[in-house]
Amino acid sequence: MVSFILKRLAQSLLVMAIVSAVSFSLFNFVGDPVNNMVGQDATREQRVEIRQQLGLDDPILTQYVRFIGNMTKGEFGLSYRIKRPVDDLILERLPATIELVFVSAIISLFFGIVLGIYTGIKRNSWVSRVILSTSLAGVSLPTFVIGIGLIYVFAVHLRWLPSSGRGGTIDLGWWKTSLLTVDGWRAIILPSITLSLFQLTLILRLVRAEMLEVMRTDFIKFARARGLSEKAINFRHALRNTLVPVITIIGLNIGGLIAFSVVTETVFQWPGTGLMFIQAVGFVDVPIMAAYLVFVALLFVIINLVVDILYFVIDPRIRLGG
Amino acid sequence: MLLRHLVTASSLALIVAGPALAENTLRWTSQGDALTLDPHSQNEAPTIAMNGQMYESLVTRDADLLLQPELAESWTPGPDGWTFNLRKGVKFHDGSDFTAEDVAFSFERASHEASDYKEQIKSIASIEIIDDYTIKFTTDGENPILPNQLTSLYIMDKGWSEANNVVVPQDYKAQEENYAVRNANGTGPFILESRAPDEQTVLTRNPDWWGNGMFPGNVDRIEYRPISNAATRVAALLSGEVDFVLDPPLQDLKRIEATDGLSVKTAAQIRSIFFGMDQGVDKLRTSDAENNPFKDSRVREAMNLAIDRDAIKRVVMEDLAFPTSMITSPGVLGNTPENDPPVTHDVAKAKELLAEAGYPEGFTVRLDCPNDRYNNDEKICQAAVSMYAKVGVTVNLDALPKSQHFPKIQKRESDFYMLGWGVPTLDSHYVFSYLLDSSGSWNAAGYNNARVDELTAAMATELDLEKRTSMIDEAWTLVQADMPYVPIHHQVLAWGLASTVDIPIAADDAFRPRFAVMN
Repeated sequence: MVSFILKRLAQSLLVMAIVSAVSFSLFNFVGDPVNNMVGQDATREQRVEIRQQLGLDDPILTQYVRFIGNMTKGEFGLSYRIKRPVDDLILERLPATIELVFVSAIISLFFGIVLGIYTGIKRNSWVSRVILSTSLAGVSLPTFVIGIGLIYVFAVHLRWLPSSGRGGTIDLGWWKTSLLTVDGWRAIILPSITLSLFQLTLILRLVRAEMLEVMRTDFIKFARARGLSEKAINFRHALRNTLVPVITIIGLNIGGLIAFSVVTETVFQWPGTGLMFIQAVGFVDVPIMAAYLVFVALLFVIINLVVDILYFVIDPRIRLGG
Repeated sequence: MLLRHLVTASSLALIVAGPALAENTLRWTSQGDALTLDPHSQNEAPTIAMNGQMYESLVTRDADLLLQPELAESWTPGPDGWTFNLRKGVKFHDGSDFTAEDVAFSFERASHEASDYKEQIKSIASIEIIDDYTIKFTTDGENPILPNQLTSLYIMDKGWSEANNVVVPQDYKAQEENYAVRNANGTGPFILESRAPDEQTVLTRNPDWWGNGMFPGNVDRIEYRPISNAATRVAALLSGEVDFVLDPPLQDLKRIEATDGLSVKTAAQIRSIFFGMDQGVDKLRTSDAENNPFKDSRVREAMNLAIDRDAIKRVVMEDLAFPTSMITSPGVLGNTPENDPPVTHDVAKAKELLAEAGYPEGFTVRLDCPNDRYNNDEKICQAAVSMYAKVGVTVNLDALPKSQHFPKIQKRESDFYMLGWGVPTLDSHYVFSYLLDSSGSWNAAGYNNARVDELTAAMATELDLEKRTSMIDEAWTLVQADMPYVPIHHQVLAWGLASTVDIPIAADDAFRPRFAVMN
């Protein structure tokens, strides 16, 4: 067990190093931050000086090594755009993203599983067909369009919900939450639906497919033969067996939700890490981009590690093989 | 524990909801939040506009962009500099008195290495405090437009800055955030109540402001929320969540106008859009021509005649542009009807001139263009490509985000590029020294006219207004004959407002809450 985890950890570190190196080399193509950092009346000498101060003219490898060196010391530097420490900024924005992802995950899990079971059991009813065809929209429409559409219907026309922002937040000292105010809940509805739609569709289709599969297996037939109630068969026997792959997918997708909340956060001006990243890209705010990408890589690595460990615990075959 | 949070929550809700009912709360939005509240750290329009609500400068501009006294009551030029008489009885938000010492401190701070304003005030050689309310700036040579250069140079309290360890602006090399980035202590009409960068900034009226009763504004509280996505920004106005949008996208203006309870205001902006042609190099980098066609003034004239500016205005800009033959806007000293004649478009003559210059078959060149900086920038360039095709010049468009576009100009790697230029001093010298002087830092056109250089240097120090104006005139006449640039138009700016709010729109796109009236 310990050696298995150590091995996985070593692999994770390698992955992190590769991801950060690749993303760092991409910064060469994003442009030059200096023009955004000084007023238009700065002289060419001053621009050159800033470039030198920041080490932007050094070879990309030198910059990368310096970045890694500083990172191991816990120094992520100062944002070029707002001149505040990067780690403070990420920690400050993280609660907003985590709350959004949390609510979205609950929505997609709840509706995904419930609708998946329904369409799996009553696969020929017209309700199932409607659900399945609308869910196609969930996977095929871009998040941006869904978000703007929801804003125009619920904020502009019906005026039920706010179009953007986080509503009322309460600072608990270590965590700034919007889940303790009515305004905050009103504000989170539209962005969390937008963010959850894709995952919801995915879970729905997965649960449905698994249900159809499981319903055909022998043990369900035996359960029927034993005279168990439909409810017991559907929920106690069939559903349980569908959940194994679903949990895997969910684990991996929560990381995805955090990483891909970028678009949703931009549309709804949700003050989380995704919005911060987009703004950083527009400004070529290298310290933020670098730290954010490392952070996302770390997140994926951790989630994968946890999933691997869970497999190890659940599935004896891996234990024996490893 | 939870109960306590709930109590805090409800009392917070009361605080937030309470005053909004009784007072005039102005809620507004724009694309980008101020980068910092440190007034000397970033020379950037949204930052200047936000800080200008809390901080004040010696001299300011009203909505018509006329110079007005702010912390200085009057100023007089002398042979070696300017003397400013300061306003008496002014207090900073923390209650301390405003004196000449604060002014001297702020100017020193603004000329520090880490300040983004050091260029603007580099003509000041020394500062002398004559008494508490009189200060003298000795300039390095005469500087007739010093007051124009001070309108966004905000005054900080010396005592507060020392107490909070912010005597110099935030430095990129530092690891710590300094106190002035998120806190403010100015003398201005509004006091900072709370600030969450990129989320919300709340300001409340300063009851002790010197100007109370002197301005029409009746706003008690300002809630600012940046919304970076344009469609969402407009949605917030349409749904009544904000009263004012500073920068609605041009294509949505008709829709805002058509909505009950909303209106649109437009004004000519002090920003001109033009193409630069590099006439300084011997051979163009992106052209099939043997030498540099832009060195020939006939080619430059043809490049000007080929552009149908009225069509760009009509088709690309939805009529929101002022076609021009000059690279600086009305409102800037030097823009006269003689120097800015009506635009001409003549394909036949352009072809003729190209043939005369030795390019009957035209030539190819790459046009570098930003796609996220000016109103419809990329579309303007696309239109220009097809217009140039009609005279035989094959233009290859390279449209990139601003962070990749501007370095090309800065590094002099572009043959043909789009640039927009605003003039904060409202004086032509700013245009000459950056765009037309042979050593100008943005003169990527490589324009070099010895007489223009001479005049640029002379107008920087000429105190006689009449003589100076005639110098500016002469310089523009030379430039208009040489045609180093292809002017396109002056930008129009548009604001979206709820009809309960009246704010005078200004050509510099700055929101001046002291003039905002709500009913």
